[in-house]
Amino acid sequence: MEGNMNITLKVWRQKNKNVKGSLETHEVSGISEDMSFLEMFDVLNERLIDENKEPIAFDHDCREGICGMCSMYINGRPHGPLEGVTTCQLHMRSFKDGDTIVVEPWRAAAFPVVKDLVVDRSSFDRIIASGGFISVNTGNAQDGNSLPIPKEDADKAFAAAACIGCGACVSACKNASAMLFVSAKVSQLALLPQGQPEREDRAKKMVAQMDIEGFGSCTNTGACAAECPKEISLENIARLNREFLSASLTTAEA
Amino acid sequence: MSLTGLFLCTFLVVHLIGNLQLFYNDGGYSFNKYAVFMTSFPLIKIISYGNYFFILFHAFWGLYLEFQNRKARPVAYVVTKNSSSFSSRNMAVLGTILLVYIVVHMGDFWYKYHNETLPFVQYTENLLTGEVVTTEMPETYSQETKMVETYNQAESTKTVIVKDLYKVVSVSFQNILLVIFYVLAMFSVSFHLVHGFQSAFQSLGINHPKYNPLFKFLSVWLFAILIPIGYAAMPIYFYFFK
Ligand code: HEM
Ligand code: SF4
Ligand code: FES
Repeated sequence: MEGNMNITLKVWRQKNKNVKGSLETHEVSGISEDMSFLEMFDVLNERLIDENKEPIAFDHDCREGICGMCSMYINGRPHGPLEGVTTCQLHMRSFKDGDTIVVEPWRAAAFPVVKDLVVDRSSFDRIIASGGFISVNTGNAQDGNSLPIPKEDADKAFAAAACIGCGACVSACKNASAMLFVSAKVSQLALLPQGQPEREDRAKKMVAQMDIEGFGSCTNTGACAAECPKEISLENIARLNREFLSASLTTAEA
Repeated sequence: MSLTGLFLCTFLVVHLIGNLQLFYNDGGYSFNKYAVFMTSFPLIKIISYGNYFFILFHAFWGLYLEFQNRKARPVAYVVTKNSSSFSSRNMAVLGTILLVYIVVHMGDFWYKYHNETLPFVQYTENLLTGEVVTTEMPETYSQETKMVETYNQAESTKTVIVKDLYKVVSVSFQNILLVIFYVLAMFSVSFHLVHGFQSAFQSLGINHPKYNPLFKFLSVWLFAILIPIGYAAMPIYFYFFK
């Protein structure tokens, strides 16, 4: 797949989390506008390998917008210039021939750089784990009609569950806060009957873990929701605030 | 933050309504009486000490949060395109300007009123016609309390001798630098609250399509426009018209 776009790429190179990184410039020629942004990186890496240079490390997995791995901060915005799109779903036609594109990793104390553009997002996994289990009865599945759920709640829970844990919200937030992510995870269960038994505990524990990991706190700037590829709504953050407040006020332990 | 912030918002509304008495053309009669009431009535005194405490709490807790939040991103981006508002990103800077302003403002009026010898002024009100005659007391005059009221039954008049804070205000605002500082500080109020007021509801978990437009409307029209203009009008009025 050859093309006729020429791009100047300024990309963050960093050996590991303990050393300082810096931007490195590459002229990438012969790019097709039908390539995805990651394919453009593949082409560049092939060339670097041919030249016996170290390829640029970047995260990716599904390349279809559902796994949340492809974290890249492109020209000052997570996942690049489009709305509601992950980096893997971004195509070179969103840029112009001759453009200079700056690519940086997510930057947050809780997301240390592993190498180049790859960051360690296991802090998100620990937040999920701190939320614990949900109680489900064993035995035969019960009749679905015995658990009526209002359509509106089902829709909201579904929309919250669309979060792919990509971390763009953290990367966009001036406070590197993980509130949008945590609020999506808390909301999807708080809205449904299956989430009720551990509802209060879950909100408190996930918020506590979020603070332990060193994310900043939310000041409602709204950058997260504006940049989220899954368009998770700020309503979820309000719900998390509600869940956390009422859980703190009504449960016995601290 | 949200609760103290909303308390301070309420304070701004009340403080503005009270101070609008500066615009009465009565030589400061109602304003000076109001100043006595606000500094003597026990319930108001409790609320104002609460208010001082809330300002300090709000300011220092807000600054502490800002420092914590900066630590959450130790390495800055080389390029950032912000998708958030100017106000929301600069709450701490705007707040710090407000804190400086509040200190200067209290030094200008609150400190002087409580600790310095102020001029006294005498108002004689005709209780039948409501007509008020203003006489400034000689510089040497002084009395034990902030306000002395006497009635003259025969002539149906009431005489009030009171600390002349109105005079202090009107003299202070002859200084163009102070006027400029006050007006600029009101821009900070405007930007701090266009984000802050509606943000407080989100922090409290109140986000509902029915009420969000109301919060946004009040943020913009009441807290970011009407209130700062009302306050800024005072120094401007005294500088140009007194
Ligand atoms: C008349 C004075 C003030 C009023 C009416 C006011 C009001 C507010 C309101 C309503 C909020 C939003 C709270 C939330 O979203 O939960 C806020 C946030 C904030 N204020 Fe103030 N404020 C005032 C003075 C100050 C001062 C003096 C400072 C600091 C020196 C300050 C610093 C901050 C900061 C840093 C925030 C953002 C923190 C956050 O959203 O969590 N404010 N203010
Ligand atoms: S809330 Fe959006 S931006 Fe944040 S992790 Fe989930 S999908 Fe990514
Ligand atoms: S690689 Fe899976 S979402 Fe982009």
